[in-house]
Amino acid sequence: MRIFNFDEQLIPLDEWVQTAVDWTVLNYRDFFQVIKVPVELSLEALEWFFATLPPFVVIMLFALAAWRYTGKRVTVFTVLSFLLVGYLGLWDDTMTTLSMVICSVLFCAIAGIPLGIMAGRSDRFEMFLRPFLDAMQTTPAFVYLIPVVMLFSIGTVSGILATIVFALPPIIRLTSLGIRQVHPELVEAALAFGATPWQVLRKVQFPLAMPSVMAGLNQTIMMALSMVVIAALIGAGGLGNPVVQGLNTLEIGLATIGGLSIVLLAMVLDRITQGISQK
Amino acid sequence: MSQEIKVSVKNLFKVFGPHPKKAMGLLEQGLDKEAIFEKIETTIGVQNASFEIYTGEIFVIMGLSGSGKSTMVRMINRLIEPTAGQVFIDGEDIVSMSNDELVKMRRKKMSMVFQSFALMPHMTVLQNAAFGLEMDGIDKLTREARALQALEQVGLEAWAGSMPNELSGGMQQRVGLARGLAVDPDILLMDEAFSALDPLIRTEMQDELLKLQAKAKRTIVFISHDLDEAMRIGDRIAIMEGGKVVQVGTPEEILQNPADDYVRAFFRGVDPTNILTAGDIATDTQVTIIITDGKNPRAALQRLIKNDRDYAYVIDSNRIFKGIVSTDSLRDLIDSPDQPQLIANAYLDDVVPAHANDSMQDILPEVASHSWPLPVLKDDKEYVGVVSKNLFLRTLHRSEQEDSTAATA
Repeated sequence: MRIFNFDEQLIPLDEWVQTAVDWTVLNYRDFFQVIKVPVELSLEALEWFFATLPPFVVIMLFALAAWRYTGKRVTVFTVLSFLLVGYLGLWDDTMTTLSMVICSVLFCAIAGIPLGIMAGRSDRFEMFLRPFLDAMQTTPAFVYLIPVVMLFSIGTVSGILATIVFALPPIIRLTSLGIRQVHPELVEAALAFGATPWQVLRKVQFPLAMPSVMAGLNQTIMMALSMVVIAALIGAGGLGNPVVQGLNTLEIGLATIGGLSIVLLAMVLDRITQGISQK
Repeated sequence: MSQEIKVSVKNLFKVFGPHPKKAMGLLEQGLDKEAIFEKIETTIGVQNASFEIYTGEIFVIMGLSGSGKSTMVRMINRLIEPTAGQVFIDGEDIVSMSNDELVKMRRKKMSMVFQSFALMPHMTVLQNAAFGLEMDGIDKLTREARALQALEQVGLEAWAGSMPNELSGGMQQRVGLARGLAVDPDILLMDEAFSALDPLIRTEMQDELLKLQAKAKRTIVFISHDLDEAMRIGDRIAIMEGGKVVQVGTPEEILQNPADDYVRAFFRGVDPTNILTAGDIATDTQVTIIITDGKNPRAALQRLIKNDRDYAYVIDSNRIFKGIVSTDSLRDLIDSPDQPQLIANAYLDDVVPAHANDSMQDILPEVASHSWPLPVLKDDKEYVGVVSKNLFLRTLHRSEQEDSTAATA
């Protein structure tokens, strides 16, 4: 049977992709460099902000947020975590990572919430979107790291772009879920009182989907943090650096304090955003 | 009641499922609902419904679940798109309206109260009551003032700042009602609005609705599966079965002349004394004496004897009821010549006339405790007729017979 002859490669997809990427890089690199600009500007502003603020003020800001949205325990934990990170000598790296996370989450929200709303209101759009979201979440980052570098060159901004690809799906999925979970009779009631589709969205669906949207934002933040080390491989700064450096030179201690700081930052951000979404 | 037509439904169809056009064709060929579903898995929700709703009446659409009544009411404000037919509101066909016109019509002319209340959980009671006005773009100050007025009408102004989930079911539905009233609609659609409430609260809400209706007449389309409720509040009732409207009429008309066994079965177990009123059964077969200056007790007595009756009903030239005289009371008067010989002096004591709207149950004690047939009067004391013991029993007997024939059918 010729059909089941798998000894030779019949479909040279790898070559096609190679050619396509090469061709895109050759012809459209400038275009992709322009796409970088808004991300670059936002990141610079954030980095400047966190680098300029004295550590004491940063800790106070986070402690205040924790106090306002959660409880005493999280507040104490937040202060202790930031102090520990500072005493470990990783304050600057932590601030860079924080800027990167906030920057990528910002762009994820800007793109993800409208896409999620559209998916929530249209079954066809959701069907269309789903395979892309699956691919974004499961494709190993290393696969798209190289084309990203080829198109956007190395550095923190490329790291953020790779992070956005990975962290975008949860906010889309959970926004869509939130819209779909709104009781149909509430939508019906709004329509019966003469609401336009836009009013239904703004006054009923979106406010009621808010807890789910916030849960999506929380997941996006967590996933963005998990990309920190991978982003460091393509030259992004921050807490990924000590880990990568430690791995390269077999300095287990250095890798450990980098990893520990990432975990602490993740826990602080998780608890605070969960507190916000439950309010 | 004026008979001005507010809503007119003409040959309305709704088909749910994959092949609405095919189903319509099969309907034309004369297939019924079940056969069509078996053939092409398409459900006929409403089938060729036509009726009219008058301005200011409470029109109850009644049927068991699956009879298409909820679909019906949603086609009146086009939350469900009709497959064929027309719905006229004040003469305008809403089926052919553009989206903009439809939104405007929903904002200005009608509102809706839902079985599940459908209050917005993220808004306060006041914001919920103001919801329709907010959709209409009315500024915050005005709409909250009007919403507060609506809440006052249902007695919930003290709860304006609460969230809906802090309220009991009955109170939540009051908010739903206030939301419907706040936009001051011509037409109020109520989809099983009281069905989710426990019986005591349900009766209370029905009374509340009737009270509100007495203050400001609106056209109310009320969906219900509960016959008692339909009888209690409905000026007219449409009965639906399997997507068809089988009968439209006043509760009395339907009770006395059910269109088919389905309707009759519905009414089995209904106590007719609750529904039939004194006015429904009263007959004008008694001797009446029109009181004028010339009439004296002797002439009256003569008429009674000639007609072989014991009692005569005295009315004036406008048929206003004055009193009852009997052969005995007239004789007594004639036998005591020192009294002025006026018919008015022969009136029987303790006559308590019934009102035409009193139910048979209400008048039973009066009918039973006196030997004279009970006079029945309208609002302005105009004489309608009488209910005798005999007539009362005959009416009861007839409805029982109908029940037993329905039971054997």
